[in-house]
Amino acid sequence: MKSAVLVFPGINRERDLARAFEVVSGVKSHMVWHTETELPDVDVVAIPGGFSYGDYLRCGAIAARSPIVDAVRRHAERGGYVLGICNGFQIVTEIGLLPGALMRNASLKFVCKEVRLRVDNATTAFTSAYAPGQVIRCPIAHGEGNYFADAETLARLEGEGRVVFRYCDAEGRTTDAADPNGSINHIAGILNERGNVLGMMPHPENLIESLQGGIDGRGLFESLAKVA
Amino acid sequence: MKARVTVTLKNGVLDPQGKAIQGALKSLGFAGVDDVRQGKLIELDLATSDRAAAEAEVTAMCEKLLANTVIENYRIELV
Repeated sequence: MKSAVLVFPGINRERDLARAFEVVSGVKSHMVWHTETELPDVDVVAIPGGFSYGDYLRCGAIAARSPIVDAVRRHAERGGYVLGICNGFQIVTEIGLLPGALMRNASLKFVCKEVRLRVDNATTAFTSAYAPGQVIRCPIAHGEGNYFADAETLARLEGEGRVVFRYCDAEGRTTDAADPNGSINHIAGILNERGNVLGMMPHPENLIESLQGGIDGRGLFESLAKVA
Repeated sequence: MKARVTVTLKNGVLDPQGKAIQGALKSLGFAGVDDVRQGKLIELDLATSDRAAAEAEVTAMCEKLLANTVIENYRIELV
């Protein structure tokens, strides 16, 4: 699996993401600076978490207008995989590769803790290594992860099985208490129509090795390695 | 010519910051505030003095960057 990790000013999870790709696939990621206009020949383009441009204007808004973004759009149009995590999810929605937007957490607080996610679609290129309905542990760290989409978009996402991850409790129940940011329908991660772009707020790249306290996030990278 | 762009959340989009402000106003004794919505004000200093050109240019700026039209409305004033 050949991967590229995009780097913007203010991003801080790029090394974690590159490490996850390398541990799972044995191949080092290309680190691609935002001013580039071409991507290397890769299967997966990953957009990491952090605070690109200090979250100025809106989270991800300025990064989404970077020179490299046209190349990311072309990569997605060719059917290449795009993975946006945390700020990367915000950037991918600002680019328009995924619908909806990430708003300020309902609590108004930055939340940094471990949550549980339920895999609501295990037939995607990003989740096939998980069992349907499997509950996994995953760290989160964000202040603006409150997913919002209008009623029509939401109905489409739900109807087409494009809500891939949902916040839940240890038993897999989606409750308000288990939802760290107030996301509509407890959405933690969504897929585009074609199935090659995934955006999620939680950080699976931070549960890859037992040294990190668990390996629940590995499945996502193993799933990609099966198809890429 | 100056342009003033006001960006506000669309109706139906939850505004937790507005709610927090409303709560703070209430705790200060300002009763009777039914709702609070917070937005952004962006002031631009433009080289052009042609109103129509400025309006078209700033509209394009709003659509491409200044507002996220999924969740936000914008209003342009030329001054």
